[in-house]
Amino acid sequence: MSRRRRTQERDAAREIAAATVGGDRPMDPGSVLELQHLCTTFHTDEGAVKAVDDVSLRIRRGSTTCIVGESGSGKSATARSIIQVVDHPGRVESGRVLYRPASDGPVVDLAALDATGPGIRSIRGREIGLVFQEPMSSLSPVHTIGDQIGEVLELHERLAPAAVRERVIDDLRRVGIPRPEERAGAYTFQLSGGMRQRAMIAMALVCRPSLLIADEPTTALDVTTQAQILDLLAELKESLGMTLMFITHDLGVVAEIADDVVVMRHGRVVEHGPVDQIFHEPRHDYTRELLAALPQRGAVTVTEPVPAEVPAPARPLLRIQDLEMTFEAAAGTMFGRRRTERVNAVDKVTLDIPEGSTVGLVGESGCGKTTLGRCVLRAYRPTAGKLFYTGADGRETDLAALSEKELLPFRRQIRMVFQDPYGSLNPRMTVRQVIGEPLRVAGLASGSELDGRVEEMLVRVGLKRSMAGRYPHAFSGGERQRIGIARALITEPRLVVADEAVSALDVSVRTQILELLAELQGDLGLTYLFISHDLSVVERICDQVAVMYFGVLVEHGPAEQVFADPRHGYTRALLSAVPVADPRLRGTRERVVYESEGSAA
Amino acid sequence: MWRFIAMRVLHVIPTLIVISMIAFFIIQLPPGDFLSTQVARLEAAGQSVDQAQMDALRERYGIGDPFWVQYAKWIGNIVLHGDFGLSFQFQQPVSTLIADRLPLTLALGIATLMFTWAIALPAGIYSAIKQHTWGDYTISGIGFVALAVPQFLAALVLAYLGFALFDQSVGGMFSPEYVNAPWGVGKFVDLLGHLWIPVVVIGLAGTAGIIRVTRANMLDELNKPYVITARAKGLSEGRLVTKYPVRIAMNPFISTAGWHLPSLFDGEIIVAQVLALGTIGPLLLEALKSQDMYLAGGIILIIAVLTVIGTLISDLLLAAVDPRVRFGKA
Repeated sequence: MSRRRRTQERDAAREIAAATVGGDRPMDPGSVLELQHLCTTFHTDEGAVKAVDDVSLRIRRGSTTCIVGESGSGKSATARSIIQVVDHPGRVESGRVLYRPASDGPVVDLAALDATGPGIRSIRGREIGLVFQEPMSSLSPVHTIGDQIGEVLELHERLAPAAVRERVIDDLRRVGIPRPEERAGAYTFQLSGGMRQRAMIAMALVCRPSLLIADEPTTALDVTTQAQILDLLAELKESLGMTLMFITHDLGVVAEIADDVVVMRHGRVVEHGPVDQIFHEPRHDYTRELLAALPQRGAVTVTEPVPAEVPAPARPLLRIQDLEMTFEAAAGTMFGRRRTERVNAVDKVTLDIPEGSTVGLVGESGCGKTTLGRCVLRAYRPTAGKLFYTGADGRETDLAALSEKELLPFRRQIRMVFQDPYGSLNPRMTVRQVIGEPLRVAGLASGSELDGRVEEMLVRVGLKRSMAGRYPHAFSGGERQRIGIARALITEPRLVVADEAVSALDVSVRTQILELLAELQGDLGLTYLFISHDLSVVERICDQVAVMYFGVLVEHGPAEQVFADPRHGYTRALLSAVPVADPRLRGTRERVVYESEGSAA
Repeated sequence: MWRFIAMRVLHVIPTLIVISMIAFFIIQLPPGDFLSTQVARLEAAGQSVDQAQMDALRERYGIGDPFWVQYAKWIGNIVLHGDFGLSFQFQQPVSTLIADRLPLTLALGIATLMFTWAIALPAGIYSAIKQHTWGDYTISGIGFVALAVPQFLAALVLAYLGFALFDQSVGGMFSPEYVNAPWGVGKFVDLLGHLWIPVVVIGLAGTAGIIRVTRANMLDELNKPYVITARAKGLSEGRLVTKYPVRIAMNPFISTAGWHLPSLFDGEIIVAQVLALGTIGPLLLEALKSQDMYLAGGIILIIAVLTVIGTLISDLLLAAVDPRVRFGKA
């Protein structure tokens, strides 16, 4: 074993020596990494796709460099190209990846190393660590986190198993995981999202790399957890003296942490500069566009929603009274005693939704906001409580008490827009079928009348009539979300539940969809229940805001009031965790932490 | 863990009771009963029938009693005395007949299983890693051919080749000189010389399916983000593939591993029949043909019980290797 290891180390050293670049100042000594004309191509059946197209950038030693761009801009592919772990059909075609671990040390061209050889393997994990977006799927579900972290140590440092375990526990403690001795033996599904991401960070840092590449490490997390992870990364960067390359689509996060910013689009670098310059003197149009799409800046004015027209106290379209939804979950199977755990997903929520308004429902994942939305749709039958719906004729009906059959007429009046524009459209149905289905199954229209209404609706949501015959795969994410909206509106509903309807979209597309929603509300007199974890979006479009925490409605009021003067401690914590999209305001706001008895990690 | 096992075992008991009833119902289906058939045959041969013995047998098996009484006597004898009844055709206790053939049956079954998995799993993993290469196409091609060729045909061809090239006796598990010889090194070597034909025939057909499933599972797993994570740690390709995706791609096999238990017992009936192997499969076929109800019923019951136990073993194995099952998260 040790002999094999020695051979491997010798091979690695030889390979790296061969890839060492000499010559006259190949790169700036102040940089730890420099990409020169890097090209990464994905060879698919439809031809070659240049994911990274002639990218040149440099990362200063000890800095935090953010790579920003929308989905498909090639930012992830660039990061993965550095250590040559691009997804399958992709390959680093040309260009140089110059890496200089020490300012006076030699320069190695990582792109010249064999992608599966010992040279690059001795750098991965040991000198360059990588953290991914979704810690649940990026860690193996059948190995303990201690095993997965310890593996890196066994691989790169010759440590005895006992020493490995000690280091793993130390590092888990360092990234803020409580009871690390116990947690080292835990599986990913036993940890919360934030804890999983901490474990992932511990894994990337266990060998003390000089460069950490974090690929959207906080995108899958709640704002409060995101704030904790960002703090942790900043602290670790300081204490371990490393360089951080941070990939994100969120300009708010960039403003919070970056020293330098690289803006990417279509696989190319659009703009590269210090954070202050990027935010305050953007040179490229695309950067300006991105900044304009930021909700906090309010640069894009959304058509004011209807309240001006509606007489002062609008009658509530829906009155939610003491609504409760309890799930029974079986917990502990094999080692523990089998017991049924009751989870109060929605706990005595009372909320009025005025007609013609937009009510925002915010909270972290697991707070019960989606469950509440589904109860309103009567996708779930609430355990207790009432849902008084005022019909067009002014009569109130308690939806919670109706049977499936009695609900049918109401199903057309309360509709839903889903989060995932990819998963919520059947790939084997044409757009015409997708949008027309609600009318067809209700027997409201058929034949040419149905087609006519579908096409009218397509135009209404900003698509073309001629698109009706296409399948969903032919559309971009934003266009698909428009199709989803058309499907919701085809039955002429009065209340639309939008569950994270814009969360999966890029910022520029998100703005367009929000504008569309506002426009449709004005034209059709719609009422929205807007469920979102994104506070900036809610602030921009909602008249009223309801904040949920562990199934309980903790605060509820007009949007301006809740955002300007939050009364509940949790609302304050939530607001303080939202990144401020201006690097000059960095550190001016104090972070509030809310702890309640239910919030133990 | 013990609690889980105990619970699962408790679940097995009602299943077994129902299965035994169905098995007995099936062996009761042919008209008449074996005693009257036997009496008729003996009388036709001009022999007298010992009325006292007939009555004793009638009493013992409860012939003529209602279904439930007969069933109670049958299952009572099996559970309490391990007595599966008497084979009508062989005039021997069913348990003796089965016990005689059990060692060879198990030898064939286990060898086949080992052969199948030893070939199919590496082949499936290889063809997933080298997807769309000549290696992948070759393996898949051979797999399909093996699946498509009828087993009895392959058995005949291989038996002929064994005879023509290696001068082997056709059929059976032993050469004629060893059939009645006591066990020894020579007999064992002779067994191995004969065993390969059924092992290859039965095994090859089984490999095709397993190769396809392994390949598909592996292709799913190889693109999972945790594989990239492992690669980004600096693991070598070989080590990361065996530690992560293979481990997870094996789950479907572990969850069906127990199903092989009954097939170890009855073997492949058709191949065994073609090659005249002395395993339990042909015995079952013979019993069904001649309406030898206690022999057939006994074998069917044992196969059914083994299926249930095999499923139980699979569940326990899967819980042991996959924490998601153990903690009820999958």
